[in-house]
Parts: sequence; C-alpha cells; structure tokens
Amino acid sequence: MNAISVRDLSRRFGGFVAVDRLTFDVRRGEIFGFLGSNGAGKSTTIRMLCGLLTPTSGTATIDGVDVVRDPEGVKRRIGYMSQRFSLYEQLTVDQNIRFFAGIYGLTGARLDERRRFAIEMAGLENRRGTRAADLAGGWRQRLALGCAILHEPSIVFLDEPTGGVDPMSRRQFWRLIDRLSDSGVTVLVTTHYLDEAEHCHRLAIIHAGRLAALGSTSELKQVFADRAIVEVQASNPVEAMRVLDRIPDVEKTSLFGTAVHAVLKSAGRDAVDVLRRELTAASVAAQSVDRVQPSLEDVFLDVVDRQEAHA
Amino acid sequence: MRKALAVARKELRQIVRDRRTLMTLLFVPAFFLLLYGYALNFDIRHVRLGVDDQDRTAESRSVISAFVNSGYFDLAAIVDDASTQALMNRNEVGAVVVIPRGLGRALLTGAATPVQVLINGDNANTATTVMGYALTILQSESAKYQEGAGAGGRPPLLTVEPRVWYNPQLRSTLFLVPGLIAYIAMITAVVSTALSVAREKERGTMEQVRMAPLDAASFVVGKSIPYFIISLISALGIIIVAMALFELPMRGSWSALLLALSLFLAGALGLGLLISSISESQQVAFQLALLASFLPTLMLSGFIFPIASMPAALRAVTYAVPARYFLIALRGIVLKGAGLQTFWVELAALAVYAALMLGLASIRLRRQWQ
Repeated sequence: MNAISVRDLSRRFGGFVAVDRLTFDVRRGEIFGFLGSNGAGKSTTIRMLCGLLTPTSGTATIDGVDVVRDPEGVKRRIGYMSQRFSLYEQLTVDQNIRFFAGIYGLTGARLDERRRFAIEMAGLENRRGTRAADLAGGWRQRLALGCAILHEPSIVFLDEPTGGVDPMSRRQFWRLIDRLSDSGVTVLVTTHYLDEAEHCHRLAIIHAGRLAALGSTSELKQVFADRAIVEVQASNPVEAMRVLDRIPDVEKTSLFGTAVHAVLKSAGRDAVDVLRRELTAASVAAQSVDRVQPSLEDVFLDVVDRQEAHA
Repeated sequence: MRKALAVARKELRQIVRDRRTLMTLLFVPAFFLLLYGYALNFDIRHVRLGVDDQDRTAESRSVISAFVNSGYFDLAAIVDDASTQALMNRNEVGAVVVIPRGLGRALLTGAATPVQVLINGDNANTATTVMGYALTILQSESAKYQEGAGAGGRPPLLTVEPRVWYNPQLRSTLFLVPGLIAYIAMITAVVSTALSVAREKERGTMEQVRMAPLDAASFVVGKSIPYFIISLISALGIIIVAMALFELPMRGSWSALLLALSLFLAGALGLGLLISSISESQQVAFQLALLASFLPTLMLSGFIFPIASMPAALRAVTYAVPARYFLIALRGIVLKGAGLQTFWVELAALAVYAALMLGLASIRLRRQWQ
C-alpha cells in the first residue's frame, strides 16, 4: 500500500480552480517533492491531504485512511509543519514541546522519550528554557519540526519548511529530512527552491493546479532525451537570444542568469557548431557555446511551457 | 479531557508569561471600579449652604445644625436678603435656608411656620435632589415638636413616613456598584478570550493546533479554563473592593454569589470565544468584543437605565443581555440577602446563555477546523 494515494483530487474556490484533478502516489519512506511557483496549488493540496480542507471532488487516502471520511484518523498519522514555524513565541522550548505532546496525547515514559528526542534533534539541549521568540531561525525551524513529529507520524508534510532560513540551516534541515526518510518516514515537502528539489527521491511539478510532470530528477530530465541544451555565454545575452531564436533548429531560448539556454529540436552533434556560426555571422560576441546537461530549472521551465501550450 | 488540560496549561503559561495581559486582567477591573465608583455617583454631597437666620433662637439653631449634620450640606456663608442673590449667582452657595423671625415661638406653640429654602436650579437634577434632602431634614425636625405636642394630650398628627428599603439614604452607589461589577467583569472576560483565539490565528499557531488530533470542544474547554479562573479572581477582587470602599453589603450567601458569578462569566467567555472564532485578526476581535460587551451591558442591562421604562422593542432585546439576569441575581444576593429560590429563573437564563455561547463557539470552530 502506498503512503499517500491521490485520485482526481480537485478544489475550487468559487470560480477559481486551485487544484485540478491531481492524481499521484507517494511510496512509503520516500521524500516526495512538490515543486511549483507560488499559487500553483501546492499548499491547497497539502491542506486537503491533512484533512484541513475538504476536496471539491476526487479522493485521497493517507496510509489507506480517507481524508474526507476520517480526518481525525489522518491527523493521528501525520505530522505537519508550515513555512511559518508556528510555535508559541512566549513559551520556552520545553513548554512548546510539552504543549504539542499534550494535544497529541503523549504521556508517561513515551512523553519523556519523545521530548528528549525532539530536543536532541533540534540541537537545543542547552536552551530548553529559552523562549521560542529568542531562538534564531534555524533553531526555531528544527524545533517546529521536532514538535510536528513528537507523535512519531508515519507521514510528514512540510509546507515550504525552509522559507526565510539561512543556507547553512537549510542544509542542516535537509539532513534531518534525510534521517527521517532513512527511518522509514514518508516525507512530502513543497518547495520552490530548485536546489532543494534535487534532494527529493521523486518530484511532482505542479502548475496552475495541475500535475505537469512526475518522476525522479533523472526521469524528469528525460524530457530532453531527444533534444539538446546549449548554453551560450555572451556579453549581450539579449542580442544573442534574438539571433538564436531565428535559427530553425532552436525550439526556444531562456535567460539563465547572464547565460542563455537554447533548447534544440534535435540532439545532433553539429548543433553547437551551427549556433556558433550563426552568432559569429550576426557578429554577436560569445565567450562560450557549449552543450550542457539539463538542469532541474530547464525541466521546470520546459514542463510549464508545454502545459501552457496545451491549455 | 487530557488534551483540553494540555491546552489550558499552555494558555495559563502564556498568560502568566505575558505580564501585561495578566495585570490587565487582574488589576484593571478593580481600578475601573475605583474610577467609575467615585465618578458615577448620583448622590449630591457638600452642597454649599447659606444661612439667613432671622430668628436666632435655640430652635432656629437646631434647624441649621440639622442641615449641617446631615452630611449633605456644608455651612458656607451667613447671608441676608441683600447678599443672597449675589452669592447664588457666583455659585458660592447652592442653597439658602431662610428662617423667619418668630420660628422658635411658633414651634413651641405648635403653629405651622414656613421655612424658606432657596435652591440654585441651574442643574435641575441636582436641585431636585437637594430639595428632597431639605424636605426630609425639615420634616424630621418638625416631627420632634409634633411628638412633644402630641404628649400634651392632643391627638397625634398623622405624618407621612417615607422609608426606602435596602438603601435608606437612597445612596446611588449601592444601586450602581453591582452594575459596575457586572459591566467590568463582562468586558474583561469577553475581550481577553476574544483576543486569545484571534492571536493564535494571526500567529499561525492555530493551523498547527488544527493539524493535531484535537477536537474543537477540547480546544474551547481548554481555552476557557484559565480565563474562567482569572476572571473569577478578578471579579471577586472587584466585589471585595466594592465592599471595602463603597460599603457594598453582603446580605446573602457567598456560594449563591459564586454560582451566579460563575454562570455569568461562563457566558461571557463563550461570547468571547464566539467572537474570536469569527474574526481573523486581534484588532477586529477587540473591536467586536468591546461592542458586544460594553454597550449592551451599559445600556440594556438595567445597570443605569431602568428596563421597565424602555420601549417594548428595546425591552425585548434586553432578554438577550446576560448582565440583565446577573444584575437581578447580584443585587438580590448582596443587597437583599435573597435565596436561590427567588431568582432561579435568572440563574437558569444565565446557564442557558452560557451553554448557547460555548456551544456556538465550538460549532463555529469545528466548522473552521475542517
């Protein structure tokens, strides 16, 4: 049985379709990433999967439990942490942990053991009496994660957990997520950081409420299997793009920082030479013209473009 | 239930941590009472009295000292026909007693003698009250002589003997203080609870709590317990201050008082929770809470304006104001020493109101929970 199973899940807010017939499965112990821009429907989906929001249509089961029929059962099985790391700021580290343990119904030896676990995991052994408001972002985030998994849920939902946290803390946080996954916990995480998405075993790219692509990073990159990506470093990238767009073999171009990525319709060997020739002919100075491996960003842009074209 | 206790413990810790809220809850109510208690006083004291004693006998002096000893008048000036007008105009005297020549003799022979009292009428309310004081003083003064005369064998004169129960001096504080207690307790209880849920929504902790397998009813109960305890302490504080400073009596039983107070506070907390379930921010919650507690309790509870003299439509509205019932019960207990059996209807109404509010708050929150 899959940890999460979603079939034709939709949610409308008035006339606006926030989530449109999503279908996917998440395997046990997997780190499953939800990638999409703001407003793509990631948070709405998570809220439905947690039993916080009723779907307009479709079904979703968590550990085999239907989110509509038994939201309480779902809540017992899941942990949830959002980008806002919702802790009680006036309360200390220990008091926050005790409160969440309390509403999850933990008592006795299990309570003590889980409390120790959460404090150790967040690295807060020496700051148990510190008020949550006085903790730095990374610590608060780890404490929030600790509080969210006190009851040892088999599935954890993380809604943009690393927003507003420094890169060091983000890396530490992802180590914790890896640890959770190693211990058999299923993690569904939303992000719009593409570098974070690389940590996920599998990714779902969500665009305008729809599932645009699904697979592991390398599977997703297969969309470029019979195409090529050429990176052009030019002193005038905008001019370079104009020239490249005129070449029949170039499907599209996009700006990647100061470089231009051109997607070629075929993966022919001489592609790079053709581009180089055309740029020289148009007297656009290019420092380098190289074939590159597709990045997740290439995949994301391509997937979104193609969905837009279909719509 | 254990989960409700976890919520209650957390809430209590939060309140205790938040010194400002705690102080506000515990001491501001009693402070309010001091302010209102002294300012909201319909009694008139220290009326500056001018005396024009044209008789100058032992009897006339007795009339004057009756005025001064009443506590309502302060002897301010000895006046005569010529100066009265000027002093009155400058507000240096608020009332003048003119005792005509021959009063002493007339009293001893039992002949009726008019004593003139001039009252500054620039404030009609004050004037009426002062007139009432003067009449009472003069009546009791004349009674002395009538009794003496009655002993001389003549048939005793039939005198009107007005007597006001529970508040013989008609002190308005005794009437107002119970209203103030209800008013202050209502506002603090409603406002503090209304803010507490709205704060969780604003900070995002609400969403985190909703993700836990915790039902709305446990949450409501857990939220209510600490505020109930604190409001109860605070309300008892007001009552004790009222007893110490405003001579509020306690003629009934403390357990009846506690029962009435608890039911009233439970309703107020329910209203606060209901308000915070429908408002998304602390600011909205605060304004709604003030509006819902302040105006009805002040205007429609019988605190200041008698319900009986309201138009029928407004009178119907007062049935939905819990302070209305609480005031009847509170006045009954502290002023009249009445037992539970005389106002069980009011207690039942308070209980129904509390159950309704807490129930609605739970339903509202449960709907949002999903």
